[in-house]
Amino acid sequence: MPTRVGIITFPGSLDDRDAARAADLAGLEAVHLWHGATDLSNVDAVVLPGGFSYGDYLRAGAIARFSPIMTALVDAARGGLPVLGICNGFQILCETHLLPGALTRNDHLHFICRDQGLRIDNTATAFTRSFTAGQEIVIPLKNGEGCFRADERTLDELEADGRVVARYINGNPNGSMRDIAGITNAAGNVVGLMPHPEHAVEAGFGPSLDGLDFFASLLHSPISASGASA
Amino acid sequence: MARVVIDVMLKPEILDPQGKAVERAAVRLGYADVRSVRQGKRFVVEIDGPADEQALASIRELAESLLANTVIEDFSVRVEDN
Repeated sequence: MPTRVGIITFPGSLDDRDAARAADLAGLEAVHLWHGATDLSNVDAVVLPGGFSYGDYLRAGAIARFSPIMTALVDAARGGLPVLGICNGFQILCETHLLPGALTRNDHLHFICRDQGLRIDNTATAFTRSFTAGQEIVIPLKNGEGCFRADERTLDELEADGRVVARYINGNPNGSMRDIAGITNAAGNVVGLMPHPEHAVEAGFGPSLDGLDFFASLLHSPISASGASA
Repeated sequence: MARVVIDVMLKPEILDPQGKAVERAAVRLGYADVRSVRQGKRFVVEIDGPADEQALASIRELAESLLANTVIEDFSVRVEDN
């Protein structure tokens, strides 16, 4: 049985098809899930894709957080289901409080779209086990509200627990505190990432193939502490 | 029917780049006295029945769960006179 990865499409999602394609290329089986569904179709993991769910109305991710499928997703994530939120998906995970902090408007106000260097600082999460500690990668970054903020105590906790998954290198593109590009929850099954691994999975498209390893990480055996089903 | 107004502002310690951009434009336009601008959101909610304590408690819950992200924002609730 291939590992089945649910990709949730919200009204305004843009990168759901790219995420599904990336999952397939990594040897997983992508399963399309609609935000209006109330169950997760027994998938082994979920990706919340990038885009502008509900037009970013109110705050990015604020309305998607209350989509019907999110009730099932939050429960499953608390139970150990691997969940990767990319860009808007990261914003949604912060709005649900599955991850701490918030993503706010880039400090320079401009939308950015560029190839971005990252350093992988945590290789124990469900989505980073295929990397080596300290590995430097380049994948696309494109957002208007990617400035990660949290209070100092939360930031210190994240650092002390090794929950900063990825950091921007060669320049901070959006004002994120402590150069944070991605974080994880305490169990390591929920990961939020502002840059886009799903756009760096195929030769000839994007700056690298570095994005594949986020998806291929799901092929490793599940993290034992999480209780995730195999 | 009653009308309740909820103002949502970024917490003082959170950088407000939109407010900063407005501030710079105001100064550029010659409003030299403008010292700082913070930008926020206002929600005007009409409710059935009076704005009693129970109704306002419900509105505060709405503000806390949906209208504001209390990680980065503060909100205030008041009843609008008519």
